[in-house]
Amino acid sequence: MLCCVCKEKTATVHLTQIAGEKIQKVDLCEECAKTKGVNDQTGFSLADLLLGLGASQELEQAAGGAEVKCPTCGFSQADFKKTGRLGCATCYQTFAEGLEGLLKSMHKGTHHSGKVPESLRQKRDYSEQLSQLQKKLAKAIETENFESAAQLRDEIKLVSGRLAATLVA
Amino acid sequence: MDLDHFLVSTAEGALRKGPHDRIVMSSRVRLARNLKAGAFPGWAKKPERVRILELIRPAVESSPDLKGAFSETMDNLGPLDKQILVERHLISREHAAKNAGSGVILNRDETLCVMINEEDHLRMQALRPGLQLRQAWSAIDRLDSELERKLDYAFSNDLGYLTACPTNLGTGIRVSAMLHLPGLVLAEQINPIIQSVNKLGLAVRGLYGEGTEALGNVFQVSNQMTLGESESSIVERLEKVLSQIIEHEENARQTLLEKKPKTIYNHIGRAYGILANAHSISSKETMNLLSLMRLGVEVGLFPSVQGPLVDELFILTQPAHLQKQHSEKLSAEERDLLRADMLRERLKPVSRPVARRGGSAAPGLDKAG
Repeated sequence: MLCCVCKEKTATVHLTQIAGEKIQKVDLCEECAKTKGVNDQTGFSLADLLLGLGASQELEQAAGGAEVKCPTCGFSQADFKKTGRLGCATCYQTFAEGLEGLLKSMHKGTHHSGKVPESLRQKRDYSEQLSQLQKKLAKAIETENFESAAQLRDEIKLVSGRLAATLVA
Repeated sequence: MDLDHFLVSTAEGALRKGPHDRIVMSSRVRLARNLKAGAFPGWAKKPERVRILELIRPAVESSPDLKGAFSETMDNLGPLDKQILVERHLISREHAAKNAGSGVILNRDETLCVMINEEDHLRMQALRPGLQLRQAWSAIDRLDSELERKLDYAFSNDLGYLTACPTNLGTGIRVSAMLHLPGLVLAEQINPIIQSVNKLGLAVRGLYGEGTEALGNVFQVSNQMTLGESESSIVERLEKVLSQIIEHEENARQTLLEKKPKTIYNHIGRAYGILANAHSISSKETMNLLSLMRLGVEVGLFPSVQGPLVDELFILTQPAHLQKQHSEKLSAEERDLLRADMLRERLKPVSRPVARRGGSAAPGLDKAG
């Protein structure tokens, strides 16, 4: 078995980490194990080591072996394999499929929760308000509550106006 | 601008106090941000990195929190200045290796530091002495909110702030504290603690971050996951874990003093003996021994020591800081000699440790030497 970092020497160090339901295995030659700090059994975190490796494998699988390149920056999965980093913001769309599994194993969730830039937050709030109002409107029409439907329609007009204003800005 | 004149003096720096600073040396919150347009620094060619640097730099410089800040491109900083910034934990080792197309902006009191074109276009961090994660977070949150008005960040509703490495995706936040844990190390309880902290999804690293050893019994604890959890909940989670580690460290020290006073006096006495009398000493040995002396000060074995002395020596004895005090270029061997000279000089007024508990003074230490 070859070392999965240098792909040259025979792997003599075998590591297995079970994170949640996922089992990850790494095979390293002695030299790579040393440079990656695997011998230090205390502070060493397998996750750090795995990020580059596991990620590149998943990306490769997702691409079905074909060479996919990011249309914006020309980055390929081979580059990701080499560096463990992506090329630009668009890469997250280009390689979305391959990244999904990786993000799941790496993070608490796959959906952002936390700070949102102010400009986008407003936009998002208005869109959410809008879809809520539209749901209410559909319900009002269904139950033939026309008085409330008319009121909702006015509100929708108002909110979509605000949303349009943020998009222009 | 001259970095030497800008930086806070080591004596002044060591005087800074914070909650729980017996154990928590400093708190830090770092945010990773990128611009929508332009490849990430590791993939961008030099002209693009320069263009991005020129776009970001004025935006950062003009923010009110960074008024009168030190701002320089990495190619204009000498290797010694870069190393000084690394030793003060203001920039990463990775950033110190950068040249044209990267920059650093640092405020007067060294509590805010922005790296441009490190791994991401923007890496901004707030530092505070002692355990002050919330304060550090709110300081960096403010700078970030100010910058987002001037810079077009790469952000996706689903994935949050987009970063060069998927490990930083989402909030782009790294909340960390630098802990001095000699008690847990001496009591041989540090490994199980590290393991259980790891199990909680937090990373434990050495003094200079990723891939470095825990010199001087100093450990960095930080969050590892950045996606799917809000900043405040990450800060809260870390706070909880840290307060437990603090308790364990206090307990370990207490137990050692009660059950194995000779062991602890022996370690501290020997550390003092070497530091105060050596004629050649490496920075690694210095840090490990200063750690024991810091413990000695905290448990009352050095009543004559003024609090910040040990912390100042911690930084002053590091290679670049030592070199700065001498005009000629020093080899590693010469540094070891000068380091020992400085330590003997600075420790001259410090009397040897007294064994407080049980009233039995130094004889145990004499036997140990």
